[in-house]
Amino acid sequence: MKHLLSINDLSQSEAVGILDTAAELAKVSDAPMKKLPTLRGRTIVNLFAEDSTRTRISFEAAAKRLSADVINFSAKGSSVSKGESLKDTAQTLQAMGADAVIIRHQASGAAHRLASSQWMSGTVINAGDGTHEHPSQALLDAYTIRKHLMHGSKNLDGIHVAIVGDILHSRVARSNVLLLSKLGASVTVIAPPTLLPIGIDSWPTKVSYDLDELIPQVDAVMMLRVQRERMNELFFPNAREYSRYFGLNNDRVKRMKKDSIIMHPGPMNRGLEITADVADSARSVIVEQVSNGVSVRMAILYTLLTGEGIESGALS
Amino acid sequence: MSKNYFISGGTLDSGDKKNLFISNGIIAGYENPLNSDAQVIDATGKIILPGLVDLHTHLREPGKEDSETVLSASRAAAKGGFTAVSAMPNTSPVADTAGVVEQVLRLGIEAGLCDVFPIGAVTKNLDGQELSEIGAMADSAAAVRIFSDDGHCVSNPAVMRRALEYVKKFNGVIAQHAQDPELTLGSQMNEGVISSVLGLKGWPAVAEEAIIARDVLLTEHVKSRLHVCHVTTAGGVEIIRWAKARGINVTAEVTPHHLLLTDDLASSYDPVYKVNPPLRTEKDVHALREALAEGVIDIVATDHAPHPAESKECEWQEAAFGMLGLETALSIVALTMVETKLMDWHGVAQRFSRTPARIGGYLGQGGSFAVGELANLTVINPSASWRVDRDLVASRSRNTPFHGMDLPGVISETFFRGTPTILNAQLIDGLTS
Repeated sequence: MKHLLSINDLSQSEAVGILDTAAELAKVSDAPMKKLPTLRGRTIVNLFAEDSTRTRISFEAAAKRLSADVINFSAKGSSVSKGESLKDTAQTLQAMGADAVIIRHQASGAAHRLASSQWMSGTVINAGDGTHEHPSQALLDAYTIRKHLMHGSKNLDGIHVAIVGDILHSRVARSNVLLLSKLGASVTVIAPPTLLPIGIDSWPTKVSYDLDELIPQVDAVMMLRVQRERMNELFFPNAREYSRYFGLNNDRVKRMKKDSIIMHPGPMNRGLEITADVADSARSVIVEQVSNGVSVRMAILYTLLTGEGIESGALS
Repeated sequence: MSKNYFISGGTLDSGDKKNLFISNGIIAGYENPLNSDAQVIDATGKIILPGLVDLHTHLREPGKEDSETVLSASRAAAKGGFTAVSAMPNTSPVADTAGVVEQVLRLGIEAGLCDVFPIGAVTKNLDGQELSEIGAMADSAAAVRIFSDDGHCVSNPAVMRRALEYVKKFNGVIAQHAQDPELTLGSQMNEGVISSVLGLKGWPAVAEEAIIARDVLLTEHVKSRLHVCHVTTAGGVEIIRWAKARGINVTAEVTPHHLLLTDDLASSYDPVYKVNPPLRTEKDVHALREALAEGVIDIVATDHAPHPAESKECEWQEAAFGMLGLETALSIVALTMVETKLMDWHGVAQRFSRTPARIGGYLGQGGSFAVGELANLTVINPSASWRVDRDLVASRSRNTPFHGMDLPGVISETFFRGTPTILNAQLIDGLTS
């Protein structure tokens, strides 16, 4: 495995290996000295052609905890915003000797283009490409679910996860459907029909339009951000109606299974897809997703750049 | 005085074996005269077709000479076995006046490798609002008969109705790019399983079919003539079949790439597969092949669309739509229609020469090898094959989706008005090649 472009690049055992490695590396994050020397002398570029503070700093923290040199290359103020082509940017990074490029880009497939062109030879990690995939987010979500609900089991057998919201435009949903089902979970996507892609019948997921029907059945519910600009594109009549049918509020949370968890990849629209009290409630693992994100991204960098993971219990 | 040629031992598309004596630009007879000085071309085992006629070509000149010129496209056409191409008007400036179509006509004559028939824009600057100077273009030296806003749909039904009515005056035809713009805002590829997985905005089949349905009904109402450009969907085929059965005067074309390629190629995110209208599914490909064999789809047309490297060496959603087509078209038709036994060479001659010549009213094209006809013809070796190499194309651009493929059918000769533009599979254009 050289690149991480899509969850389809991972076998089930490779995915489990990354989660196991993340669990070991989490110990580093909990230690007073939060650093391993593994990637000393390696150069990792954060190429963020689209704004994303949280994913960028998460990868940056992960790379630094593994002692890599990190260069941030973000859209604002860089040549990307001056219309430089992806090809020229890639060749520039190649010339600077980047060992890995973490790319966030508004175009679906941008990470594939970097990896399959002859423009650069380093490892490419997809940190979110358009409406395609966001594999590191899915891995951290799977890690979070496993940690809370699986009691030492390696995969997600028997777990039912609902993903609720704008499935059509969500790279988080695409990666999660692929990964969670690969790990044995049963997945249901819940959305208004306008926000489900034509062709979803081929995905390894069930589809529902009814959050109320599903909410008592699921072990984890993942709420997706609704972009403000969707309001003007006729996907639903207005925000109030969206919240009424697809928002997570206290009435719905009361009907959830005991021990079930509430997730959100962030950033949240409090009051739209999730109410503030639910976001801050005891079932919510939203803040923990962020800290797990660093461990999982350390595991991704570790695995891709050293060619191996870390066995469970190897770090103590 | 031009040189004489004697093509011996070839088989015409009809299946008849006939020798052809070419003199003074015409087919002068079937025997080589006594004491003839004709250059003899051995066509044993080869098929002779009337020169191919393309009704849908982007030559890019004037204005986009970095991707193609009338001359470079004419060379590509000759290599592909064409003796006529039709210049789509989406140039810069747009071919929406007599001046521009006459300029394109003149550039074609200067290149001298095939007929270049300009197509006029339906609306001024292709904006879909006001009719362009249709009458002036029809009356110009270019004698334009086909009008199209190709690249854009004439989406306003009232504008489409008026255009269909207006061209009746001189038996013109509106060639429609059937694409509802509201249903395809920002669309990137066929809407279906693959687009859902790739996260590329879908381009639904209904966006094409709804316009075809509307336009055949408008055509019936005003008793005019419609040509549907690049049909890509099984549903579109059904609507055209229905319209023809009803007696509506509609013709339709399919491109070689839509006869072969499918939307799963987008999984590479390589924009060489990005094209408008988009590649569809296996089911559509089969429906298109059957429709072409049956004649529901009347012709093959290339939609040859050259683009410079930077328009394709980028992210999918940033890339330009379009593929090269001229140099590979006949081989793709051989692969998809002849080798599959859906069509014979006579069918190829009808669909790729005689019928397009009839639709366009192109005199001297699409002949039947009668004595006295202009010698516009193509000799093909059906049992030989060749490998497509984007670095060896005559076009100025390299955006062929067929790079590296081995294709059947090698064109050994193309004759344009009695003079070879291709001889022994080499371009003869008076230029160093």
